This record gives sequence, structure tokens and C-alpha cells, in this order.
Amino acid sequence: MVGFHGWKKLSVLAIFLLPNLIGFSIFILFPILGSFVISFTEWDLLSPPQFIGIDNYIQIIRDPGFYNALGNTLFFIIGYLPTVIIISLTIAILLNKSIKGRLFFRAAYFVPVVSSWVAVSLIWKWLFNPAYGIVNYVLSLVGITGPAWLHDPHYAMIAIIITSVWKDIGFLMVMFLAGLQNIPDTFYEAASIDGASSFRKLWNITIPLLAPTTFFVLIISLINSFQVFDQVMIMTGGGPAGTTTVLVQQIYNHAFRYYEMGYASAMSWFLFLIIFVITAFQLRMQKRWVDYGN
Amino acid sequence: MKFNWLFVLAMLLLFAVGCSTEETQGDDSSDDENPETTTDGNDTGNEGTSEEENVTIRYATFSPGEAHEEDLKAMIAAFEDIHPNIKIEYEMAAFDDYFTRLQTQIAGNNAPDVLELNYENFVSYASRGALMDLTDLLAEDSEFDPTVLNQEAFKAFQYDGTQYGMVESFSNVVLFYNKELFDEAGVNYPDASWTWEDELKAAQDIMAHHDDVWGTFSPLQFWEFYKTIAQNGGGVFDDAGNIVLNSQENIEALQWMVDKIHEYGVTPSDEQMSGQEEADLFLDGKIAMLRTGIWMFGMFADAPFDWDIALEPGNTAKAHHFFANGLAISDKSEHAEAAWEWVKFMSASEEAASIRVAASWELPAITNEDVLSDYLSVTPPESREVVFDALDSLVTPPVVEEWSRMTDMIGEELELVKLKQKTPAEALESAEERLKNILN
Repeated sequence: MVGFHGWKKLSVLAIFLLPNLIGFSIFILFPILGSFVISFTEWDLLSPPQFIGIDNYIQIIRDPGFYNALGNTLFFIIGYLPTVIIISLTIAILLNKSIKGRLFFRAAYFVPVVSSWVAVSLIWKWLFNPAYGIVNYVLSLVGITGPAWLHDPHYAMIAIIITSVWKDIGFLMVMFLAGLQNIPDTFYEAASIDGASSFRKLWNITIPLLAPTTFFVLIISLINSFQVFDQVMIMTGGGPAGTTTVLVQQIYNHAFRYYEMGYASAMSWFLFLIIFVITAFQLRMQKRWVDYGN
Repeated sequence: MKFNWLFVLAMLLLFAVGCSTEETQGDDSSDDENPETTTDGNDTGNEGTSEEENVTIRYATFSPGEAHEEDLKAMIAAFEDIHPNIKIEYEMAAFDDYFTRLQTQIAGNNAPDVLELNYENFVSYASRGALMDLTDLLAEDSEFDPTVLNQEAFKAFQYDGTQYGMVESFSNVVLFYNKELFDEAGVNYPDASWTWEDELKAAQDIMAHHDDVWGTFSPLQFWEFYKTIAQNGGGVFDDAGNIVLNSQENIEALQWMVDKIHEYGVTPSDEQMSGQEEADLFLDGKIAMLRTGIWMFGMFADAPFDWDIALEPGNTAKAHHFFANGLAISDKSEHAEAAWEWVKFMSASEEAASIRVAASWELPAITNEDVLSDYLSVTPPESREVVFDALDSLVTPPVVEEWSRMTDMIGEELELVKLKQKTPAEALESAEERLKNILN
């Protein structure tokens, strides 16, 4: 972009980007910058904000509610992330083979992805109903007395993890399918000629060559799962006894129920910082295991 | 490349036109805004002229819901008949979204002139300076006589001794009972003399007679808790405002609440309820006694059995819930006098009260016997007067500025008791500690 000609080009570019930029600025950029300013104030939304420096950030470190929410969120991630990746990868590998009705199955697994979280949460809430739900009915057929799921502090988060995995499998599966189709058949042919078993091919060809996709899926899912909210809000509301209260819900409570917009903004930025650090760490670590083939 | 610049110009022009059209449209549609601005100019000295001007009052409300929106419209029509120069524009939202919306409007300098607040949230708004002090308006209004209102309800909307709101309606909670289940078990109906022990005895007798019926139900949550401890002479705060959550009376009361579930088994647990509403169970004839609000009269009217209401059994004292809604004026409103007329109409006029009673839309707080006798004549329940008897022992919610935080926190501790993870004494000890931290 140098010289008179470059500037001209830039201005044309700017015109074409303008509609998007206006929307992006009004609804995303300015609110983000605004929340950063608000995070240094005490603001109940009803009276003018007061500047209090970094007090909000200090308060986060001392807030037991924050650690409870952070712990619950981490518990969710540890349960959700490996499960959803392994299951969706398995399904993607199966549906990558030329089996009968694979288009149907691909569509079927994708249906939950396009369904609204509200509908999905409400349906699973019923499935997990201790007395009338299908989940406990199926368990009873094999002689297991199911727990009270959403009413039981030990199982409520597990129920939310199961629901989330079910909904997200389809999306990850599509990602993995795209990655699988980028692996040239020649590798498999060569391996077959050398007499490699199916497991060998999976372990030494598919998984290493799928690493860029896996890496992308891992980052996206991790960021999303730190922001888990809808399903928790609808299925348990954070209960029983605060065992499913997650970070974003805590932010929502402080902003709109406890009249602490400043503190809620500070928590948002703290959450951003956590996600940023973890993502940056992953980007550094990717050199060790992700091979882009160049 | 002249073409490019032409294109740029055209785009900018389009954009500018787009903006200005919106503005003109805005001006066209709201005819009343122009007189408003003139009102501001005249306002300073002469009240007489401002009444001649046309004013639009924006009123934010949650209580009508779908069921009573038409009744609100009828009230507005009645008001505009009396005050042809004042136009009421209402903005309705569901209770769950209402306060989020209201806060955003206030923060965005777009506050409605008059806002509806329930008693619990009233304190949050008054203490944060969002509401107009009504003292002067009350003093200047020679027509208005506060004694037409139930005094408890009127004073509920004071904060620090200053009137910031006017009560609009109230409701309370009583003991509903299924007469058939009582008859079949040969147990006497509950009456005002009943205590917790009588309630337990009756519940056990009825359950001995029926297989899948629960004796009594009251939810184990914060609202039920602050009333139940009052029935045992306890409270969240003492008269001086000190936190006394961890008192012997409160521990006993909480013990009673969980014992009904775990010890005596006369009340179903969450697991046994499995997501069913207690009101549905009552309608199904599965609950003999139910503590719930008088707003259920409509839903229970078609019950396939006879039912009635009685005062709630207490232990050492009688105590009944009292929930009130009121109207307040935003401190940013530029039409205080007109807003006051609307607030006064909704709170104390017979017109609004009659519409309210006819529609069974909670109870007006006025003391006018004629209006109230209409309310009493409707059955079921036969003993409607219990609704007013309960007012003699009302407990208002222990409101604090940090209301939502307190209710969330205590609710969490109560849940731990319900789940048998804490004893009542442990839960209240920790709740007292946490409440001290919240309020400091």
C-alpha cells in the first residue's frame, strides 16, 4: 500500500468493507472497548459510574464465587473436550468409509448442531427426568438405578456434559470429515502394499495427517467451552447448590442481577485473559505435534 | 479513476440520505414530542399552564402479562378520559426480562417516566437514586388522602422514611386444602388455631388413609424460609437490623422444613416431584395441603374437588407472606406532575381498583369496602376473607440493597440442607458468615 495508487486502492477497499465495519464497530468493537473502560469502574447501571482503578480485578482474586465458577467450568471442559473429540473423530472415520446411507447419517449427526440450544436443553431436561425420563428408564432395563441427574450435585454437571457432547458432535464431525478427505489415498495404498493393519494405518497415517484439523477443532472447542452458558442456564440455572454455576453465568449474575456491571466487565476480561493465555500456549506447543506438510 | 470517486460519493450520499430519512420519520410519527419540549420551557413557574399542554407518559410494566393486558388497556382508557391531556404509552415485558431491560434503559438515558417495581426490587432502585422523591408531590396534592390506602402497603414503598413509590396491588400466600381428602380420612379442616404439629398430624392421618397422596407441601427456598422462621419467632435481621440468621429459632424452623421431607415423609423431595409443579399435583388430588399464593385462585377454580383456604399454621407465631407491586417515577422524568397523576390513579383510584377486582388481577391496596366486597363474593374459595385476615400477621421480605445476592446465597445453603449435605445449623452458620461478607 505505497504511493498514490495504493491509497486509492485502499479507499475503494474501505468502501466495500464499510457496511460490515459499521455493524462490527457498533455491535462488537465499541462494546468490547467499552467493557474494558467499565471494568475499572463501579457501575450499578442506575447511577453514574465511578472510577475505582483495578479494585474489580483485585476483588476477583478474593471472590470465592469466582473460584467455584472457574472450578465448575474446568470440570465441564475436562469432561466435555476429550469426549466430544474422540467420539466425533470416531464417527467421522466411520462415515468417511463408503458405507450404505452415510449421507443420511452425516445429516442425522448434524441435526443437533442446527437446533437451538433452548430446544435441545429443554428436551434433555426431560430425558434426564429421574422418574419419567428415558435415560433412567434405559438404565433400569440393564438393572441400574439411575441418579437424580439434574437434582443431584454429583451428576448435574455430567448431565450437562452429555447434552453438550451430543449437540456438538455433528459440528466437529464435519470438520474432521473435511480433514480426512484431504489425506491423499496414496499413503493408504502404499501402507496396504507394505502389509499395514487397519490400526497401523489409523495410528501412523490418519491421526498424524489429521493433526492440523485436530488442532483447529481443539482450539475452537476449548474457547467455546470456556463460554458455556445457555445449556446451564436452562437445564439447572446453576444449581443444585451452585454445583453447575459456570463463569459466564457468574458474569451475567453480577451484571444484571447484582447491579455490578464494573465487576462483571472485569470478570469478562479475566475470562478473556485465561482463554488468551491458554490459546497462546497451544499455538506455541503446536510445533511439537502439528505437521502442516510443508 | 474518476469512476471510483463517483462511486465513493454515491455511497456516502446514500448513507447520508438513509440517516436523514430515519430522522424525519421519527419526527413525523411522534406528534406529541413537540408540545413536550414546550412544556419544559413553561414548567418553571406556572403549574396551571403545564396541565393544559399535552404530555405523553411512558410506563414500564411487567405485572399484566398476557392475561391482563386488556385490563391494563381499560385502566389507561379510564385514566385518559379523566386526563385528556395526558397520554399513557405502556411498555410491557415479562418479569424475567423486565429488570434487565429497565436497567439498560436507565443506563442508556432512556428511562420510562413511570416504572412498576415489586417491593423487593423497589429498595434496590430507591437506594441507588433512580427514583424520584414523592414527598413534595404528595404535599402539594390537596386531593389525595393516603388513608384510602392500606397503610402497611402504603408505607412499604418508603425507603429511609421517604416515600419513593406508591403501592399498586398486593397478594399473599395462604394454606390451600383439598376438602375431599380431609373428609375421606375423617380429619377436621384446618383453622386459624392450627400449629405446625396439627398440620403434621393431619398430614400423617391423611397419608395413612391414601396411598399416593402427600400430606402437605411448601417449597424449600428463600421466600418460604423467611416466612417459616417468622412463624417460629425468628428472622433474618433483628429489629435493630443486625444479622441473626444463625439463631436457635431459625435453626428449629429450618429443621422442621426438612423434617417434613426426610424425617416424616409428608412432603415430596425434588426427586419424588421429578419436575412436576406442586400446583399440578394439588389439582391432581395428590397433595392435601399446599402453601401457595392467592394468584392460584383462577387456576384452581376448575378443580374436580372441593377446596378452601385457611390461615397458615405457625409454631410460636402467625406469619404470612406479603408481596406488593408499586409504581415509582424515574428521577430523570421531565413530567413529574403528569406522571404523579398516573401513579396516583393506579394506586388509589376506585376506577383502577374496580377493573382490577373484576379481573381477579391481584388485590388493590385501597380500603374501600364496596370495591372489596365484590372481591369477597366470588367463590371458590368459600373463605375468601382469609386473604384479608392474613394481613394481620404479614411479614415483608427482608429487603437489602444486595437483594439478589442474598437470595441466591441463602437459597444455595438451603439447597445443601435439602440435599442432606449440611445440617440446618451448619448451613445457617455459613449463611450468616456469607451474608456478613455480602453486606459489608
